[in-house]
Amino acid sequence: MYIIVVGAGKVGYYLVKELLEAPEGHEVLIIELDAAKVERVTQELGDIALRGDGCEAATMEKAGFGRADMVIAVTGDDEDNLVVCQVAKAKFSVPRTVARINNPKNETIFKQLGIDTTVSATAAILAQIEQELPTHPLIPLLRLKGGGLEIVEVKVPQRASVVGKRIGELLLPQQSLITLIVDSDGTPRVPSNDTMIRAEDQVVAVTRRENEDALRAALTNSSSPPGP
Amino acid sequence: MKVVIMGCGRVGATLATWLDSDGHDVTVIDIRPDAFKRLPTDFKGRRHAGNAIDQDVLARVGLKQADAFVAVTQGDNRNVMATQMAKHLFGVRRTLCRIYDPIREEIYRDLGLETISPTLVGAQLLKDLLDKQPVAADGETEA
Repeated sequence: MYIIVVGAGKVGYYLVKELLEAPEGHEVLIIELDAAKVERVTQELGDIALRGDGCEAATMEKAGFGRADMVIAVTGDDEDNLVVCQVAKAKFSVPRTVARINNPKNETIFKQLGIDTTVSATAAILAQIEQELPTHPLIPLLRLKGGGLEIVEVKVPQRASVVGKRIGELLLPQQSLITLIVDSDGTPRVPSNDTMIRAEDQVVAVTRRENEDALRAALTNSSSPPGP
Repeated sequence: MKVVIMGCGRVGATLATWLDSDGHDVTVIDIRPDAFKRLPTDFKGRRHAGNAIDQDVLARVGLKQADAFVAVTQGDNRNVMATQMAKHLFGVRRTLCRIYDPIREEIYRDLGLETISPTLVGAQLLKDLLDKQPVAADGETEA
């Protein structure tokens, strides 16, 4: 693969270093405006750096964006990373673009504007904190590629209304699927419609992101919602 | 109309002043509070110090209720990002975006933004002036 990285700060530097060491043998180019950073890359990693503004079409042309399989923008500024990826898509039809973002809230607008992947250190650390929090009733474990699905973990409280019910009887939100149950003693069970939910079970489920709250409510609420 | 202007440089401050004296509801955002010194003391609009490529800041200035958004900071990419946020996240009907780099301006115009490149406009004005009253090689004005 021909991979172009824009921005030779710490993230960009270690990224190209890893890419060069990867057994796949990628062709790698890194674009950087700052002469000192270009110098450092060239001295330590070889002749893989191009000095220029990665947001400018002339630099992109010179770098061969037209034949790049992937463009990764990891400068320190979200707006620059956005423009690199948007121009890569619009002008050079790059099949896959990845943008680093500082503000996790920018994920939505970047997705909406056609950036394939966003990576946020802030969001990653937040997710880590969420996983570590023992009191959090629903823990997102993994976001599945595309389709808005994710894998989550819910611990069934002692007094939950689902305790003693079979999975087939449960009213779960749409496109939610219980895929694994781990007993309070740590034994995993592959659930079927007849599997009984017990208190303190750890339920691993696939759900749509927007149904997270509904799924948590279904598995943890202590009494059934009042009827009509 | 309610207008939000991002960037209180010479252009942003002048535009804000004109719109304000025309009776429009104007909000100016700039990341450096110092920049508001460019506004006249009788400016009746709002001054908001903050980063306009942060959607929380845009929400705070009431961008959802705005009729128009104008991005005139020094950074082409900041303008491009903020304009697209105003358009796609806040549904502002009229968005104007300044982009110095003519190539980038063309790309974003093709992507549906209403853009202006002062580089092209300025160069064109200067060329028109020269064309209108050309100077002959010997220094004489042509008849």
